[in-house]
Amino acid sequence: MPGKLKAKIVAGRHLPIMDRASDLTDAFVEVKFGNTTFKTDVYPKSLNPQWNSEWFKFEVDDEDLQDEPLQITVLDHDTYSANDAIGKVYIDIDPLLCSEAATVISGWLPIYDTIHGIRGEINVLVKVDLFNDLNRFRQSSCGVKFFCTTSIPRCYRAVMVHGFVEELVVNEDPEYQWIDRIRTPRASNEARQRLIFLMSGELQRKIGLKVLEMGGNAVVGYLQCFDLEGESGLVVRAIGTACTLEKISSTLPATATHPSNSSPSKDMKEPGFGEEAPGVPLSSGPPTPLRAQTFSSFSPSKSYSRQSSSSDTELSLTPKTGMGSGGSAGKEAGPLKALLRQQTQSALEQREYPFFPLTAFPPGFLLHVGGVVSARSVKLLDRIHNPDEPETRDAWWEEIRQEIKSHAKALGCQAVVGYSESTSICEEVCILSASGTAAILSSRFMQDGPLDTEHRFEEVVSPGCGFCHIPYDELNIPFPAQLTYCYCCRRYKVPDVLFTTIDLPTEANVTGKGCLIQARLCRTKKKAQGEGNATVISNLLPFLEYELHTQLMNKLKLRGMNALFGLRIQISIGETMLLGLASATGVYLTALPSPGGIQIAGKTPSDITYEQHISNMQKKINDTIAKNKELYEINPPEVVEEIIGSPIPEPRQRSRLFRSQSESSDEVSELDLSHGKKDAFVLEIDDTDAVEDIHALLTDFPTPAGFYSCNTEIMPGIQNWTSAIQMFTSVRVFRLNASLTSQGLNKIFSDLCENLLKSLYFKLRSMVPCCLCHLNFTVAIPEDELIQVAVTAVAMSFDKEQLLENGKQSGEKTLIKAITENDEQLQFNLELNAETPSPNPLSSPKGLSEVGSHLSARALSVDYSSFADRCSSWIEQLKLKAHTIRRGSVKTTSSMEKASPLPEGRSRSLRSNRSYSGSSVAVVKMTPLSFIPGAKIIKYLGIINMFFIRETTSLREEGGVSGFLHTFIAEVFAMVRAHVAALGGNAVVSYSMKECVFMENPNKNQAQCLINVSGDAVIFVRESELESTSVQTQSATTHTSNGAEGT
Amino acid sequence: MSVELDVFVGNTTIMDKEVYQLWLNGYTVNDAVKVRIEGGVMEECEASAEVLLSDTMDQYRTFQMCERLLHHPAKLANQLLFQFHPQANLANQLLFQIPPDRQAMLIERYYAFDDSFVREVLGKKLSKGTKKDLDDVSTKTGITLKSCRRQFDNFKRVFKVVEELKGPLVENIRQHFLLPDQLARDYAAIVFFANNRFETGKKKLHYLTFQDFAFCAGQLINNWTLGAVDNIMDDMDVDLDKEFLQELKDLKILITDKDLLDQHKSLVCTALRGKTNVFNEMEANFKNLSRGLVNIAAKLINAKDVRDFFIDLVEKFIEPCRSDKWTSIDVNLYLTHYTNSAHILDTFKHHAVWTRYMGVIKSCILRMYHD
Repeated sequence: MPGKLKAKIVAGRHLPIMDRASDLTDAFVEVKFGNTTFKTDVYPKSLNPQWNSEWFKFEVDDEDLQDEPLQITVLDHDTYSANDAIGKVYIDIDPLLCSEAATVISGWLPIYDTIHGIRGEINVLVKVDLFNDLNRFRQSSCGVKFFCTTSIPRCYRAVMVHGFVEELVVNEDPEYQWIDRIRTPRASNEARQRLIFLMSGELQRKIGLKVLEMGGNAVVGYLQCFDLEGESGLVVRAIGTACTLEKISSTLPATATHPSNSSPSKDMKEPGFGEEAPGVPLSSGPPTPLRAQTFSSFSPSKSYSRQSSSSDTELSLTPKTGMGSGGSAGKEAGPLKALLRQQTQSALEQREYPFFPLTAFPPGFLLHVGGVVSARSVKLLDRIHNPDEPETRDAWWEEIRQEIKSHAKALGCQAVVGYSESTSICEEVCILSASGTAAILSSRFMQDGPLDTEHRFEEVVSPGCGFCHIPYDELNIPFPAQLTYCYCCRRYKVPDVLFTTIDLPTEANVTGKGCLIQARLCRTKKKAQGEGNATVISNLLPFLEYELHTQLMNKLKLRGMNALFGLRIQISIGETMLLGLASATGVYLTALPSPGGIQIAGKTPSDITYEQHISNMQKKINDTIAKNKELYEINPPEVVEEIIGSPIPEPRQRSRLFRSQSESSDEVSELDLSHGKKDAFVLEIDDTDAVEDIHALLTDFPTPAGFYSCNTEIMPGIQNWTSAIQMFTSVRVFRLNASLTSQGLNKIFSDLCENLLKSLYFKLRSMVPCCLCHLNFTVAIPEDELIQVAVTAVAMSFDKEQLLENGKQSGEKTLIKAITENDEQLQFNLELNAETPSPNPLSSPKGLSEVGSHLSARALSVDYSSFADRCSSWIEQLKLKAHTIRRGSVKTTSSMEKASPLPEGRSRSLRSNRSYSGSSVAVVKMTPLSFIPGAKIIKYLGIINMFFIRETTSLREEGGVSGFLHTFIAEVFAMVRAHVAALGGNAVVSYSMKECVFMENPNKNQAQCLINVSGDAVIFVRESELESTSVQTQSATTHTSNGAEGT
Repeated sequence: MSVELDVFVGNTTIMDKEVYQLWLNGYTVNDAVKVRIEGGVMEECEASAEVLLSDTMDQYRTFQMCERLLHHPAKLANQLLFQFHPQANLANQLLFQIPPDRQAMLIERYYAFDDSFVREVLGKKLSKGTKKDLDDVSTKTGITLKSCRRQFDNFKRVFKVVEELKGPLVENIRQHFLLPDQLARDYAAIVFFANNRFETGKKKLHYLTFQDFAFCAGQLINNWTLGAVDNIMDDMDVDLDKEFLQELKDLKILITDKDLLDQHKSLVCTALRGKTNVFNEMEANFKNLSRGLVNIAAKLINAKDVRDFFIDLVEKFIEPCRSDKWTSIDVNLYLTHYTNSAHILDTFKHHAVWTRYMGVIKSCILRMYHD
């Protein structure tokens, strides 16, 4: 019985009038945890009751502490009839279970009712006394920290990255139980809210257990999702990266420059390994003609013979069980990096999935990026028979993960980063999708001693371009691609285009600015049932993906850029259509060749007017490209071709390359024989698809002056953010007319997204110059003829003047900063070796046995029951173009702040002045990013993961669907802010709205909406205050900060 | 094909001042969009009419949601004033995160009113009947009915809240509605006028602006109410000091006693001789004017006559002077000496009442003495 939960109900305010006669309320409160309930006294006749209750104490298992929320119900006492419920507050006490997070929950929390919305507020105090539990077989995982942030949290240092953790729990959806027919909508909604709270608590606990087993203490990039499968049940699943984190304290930075030797590994000490390391120059031998290979495992992909064909791996329909651990590196990788890869790969392969949901990494962790890998599968849902054994769902995901893994392998990569999973459900058909970026992660972290210096040296050579260098074997490329020598270091080969799902590495060399690029597609499909429907969908998917890819590629070229980051492809299914939306941030990577233009070719050049039409279009396209280059400041230094240069720059010279310079050398012309022709992207206009493509290309409106947009964390080329940030959510639902052609639909869908963006720019015009960061679009087809688009993003202002004046200076400054940071984080350690002595002796055998059982389970569950057609996944294909330009590199490192240590007293003072002294509500900032510009995050208080349902039977009275949803979203924001403030925080970072399911029935005047949000509650302080704290007293500064942040 | 739902919610509530004003002015969404297009915001921001419509609808919805809060900027001040949340509803509500300066702007503009509108209802009973006549006011003033209703409801709401409150009126209004000082004073005037039902609508009073009346109301509140004499918090500012009104009857002696009247006249004449161009007119009219002012004082004990206070001032004093072409300097000079001379009269004992009365009368008349 290792925990004591204590709660105290202080007061209420703004309560609704429950008694019409007196215009007052006789309120009391029920406090429930698990099966124990306490009640306060009735505070008669007041809308602002002062209960000031005793401390209610619950003595509970820590397992329950993790699973259950504290449930507070406010009721109106009625002498003669049943007491009326005013509303409820669910408090997730998980943040209190971790010593480093919050210590108390105290503040005004909105009282929420699923029918009436927020009905006043309640002031509560919640504390937990936790006793140490040394039981090894415990089922709880208290103390494991969770972060939604997909990078190492700002005030922590990663000691070790253990790897991928995943879990899912299933249950019946209360909305579909028989009892739902006889209970009220309120009871049903509350049952659902409570169940999801419980399930996410359980899920978190189980993931925590896995983390402890692996020897970690935290989960980074925790991504939890709900699948509302309707009749067949409710699935809550989560993925994350298990890590061992260490708080950066005041004493650490001095010693931080030393790499930690905590996990010496036997494998690494193999003799001769160092000499084979990638420091050796790569193939400078005679050029080899590229081998174009297209693997295709299913018929539709044969149509991929057009220019940008998607390639597929040699995967068969059902993954072989042995694939996960069996494949050895040497088999499919060329001899060049074989040894190195064998090292890391064999280590990585010891674990089930070498996946990392992280999108940003400490410098030097990410060595090479192969490209995007993705997998989709169409499944037929069936009822979940036994909630305790979610085998089917597990097996489904396992298949997908195996496929991803083998794709990565085909790209010569051992790991997948920026990994995420998603689903789209329509009736009984479900598409499971997973995608990530194949990558090679640093192996040097596994070595210690003398070898390290050499590798670090190698790292210093190419921090800005290293990740672009191809990881796969040039002679054995799994798909057609043209390679050139890197335009930065001239030593390694790079592809001509790079697609990734991760954030732009901070150390990357980028020319100009980036921009949001979206491919949008809408396809009609026939109505069908069951298996037939699944077949239709799975037949359509490859085409959809192919076209999205073509669109992305065209738009990228139209902007004169050569790489995509943060790529996210969402496919949603409806009864009569499929929607595809691909969003990414395009940039010009200095290391990659300049993209060729787009050329339009007509098939029948007989007619003069027709030719004119083509040339007009060509001109238009060329103009747009030129305009875009100007807009995004893509002006790589002019081409200077030299005949002879030193093949490999001298080390000293190389370190200069690190800075920006435009001197040129060009061994390239000699080596790149394969790229004699300037290969432009050709679109044939006779093709109706192409007409459409061109149309789509040209209908994108440029962002208005002063605005930039991206879907990644930061925008290359912008550094001096002001403190003005504005997070927002915008939702639009569009009703279509019946009988539209695919083309018409396409246009409508594209316009819908464009108009939404335009509206955003207009709304936020007062923040100019500003950048919309982390623009996250989600599309859904809630009903037959409805398309729903939801966007969550943050607008951040930046200082333009400063940008112009000391752009160069700040560039250098950040460079230095990056170097020091690099040093500091050298001890970032990847635990690639399963045999690493781990603190918990039990962990490794247990882990192994688990792997074993998983394998056997998978083997057994070759499911016949569900229809499984595997749609092809493709490895992002790399298009080609030759250029012998030497590009000067502009260094664009974002000013990533390291959290500096701060006395604990600070947070305490923050909290103390929060609850009572302030006359107005403290400002709580929200952002989908992992940082707050101009501020330092000094403490993570725990994860915020909230699920709300709102229903109305008086839709018209609440202002129609827009009024209803507007209020609901505002309420959700308010509740998130209130809970963060109650934890003692003043911001939410990595905020995301993961689910927004909206259903309406205007005829019945009804609507219902479900929203799931998550993020990390933090305390931040302004950097300007940090400097002044030494002079002023702490409480004074924090107080002014609270007052001044009225942005 | 239509947009079925379109919302934008910011963590910090975004509000456009211009759209807010259009909303307050009672424009429909479509009219507001037209005004905005004419204002050139489209060219400025490369927006389309569609975008503008979406933005306007969204803003209007936000304002409607906020309106509930604006009705009670400090609903709870009464109960929690001296506990931990002295500040108000819009400030401690959780639904909208609005920076304090924005909150102040929202409140100030919501409670702002048109002078032409307030002139129409000033002194009228803030009842349902008056509200029904608002469409006439709307056609007369050219202010939309919606805006008229908002302004009227504001008056009524403020009136209801402070009607029964003790303590200084302006301060009460400022605290409960978080209004800036000047606006709080204006509201105090409106409440004061509505409570005492001063007649302001007669044709003869049309030349007076709201600010003239507000000034006079301020004078009356500061000098003639119960709160004016002893600064005790328990006193009410909305009603005139009954005792004082009673005492005013004693001033009648100034006109009923013939000797006193003559003496008063000669004192004033002596003082003014040679100092004014309208001396003769003044001398001829002295008794009339004096009777007028003293009669007003004597009658104030009747509620009906209180209502006619301003019309009486105009009829009995301002109009005669104006027809004799007095300048305001003349009026000032006259009233100064008229007031002071009374104190020299040997048989006149009511100096305090006289000062209290004439102080207000003088400043009111001087304020009202214009074209």
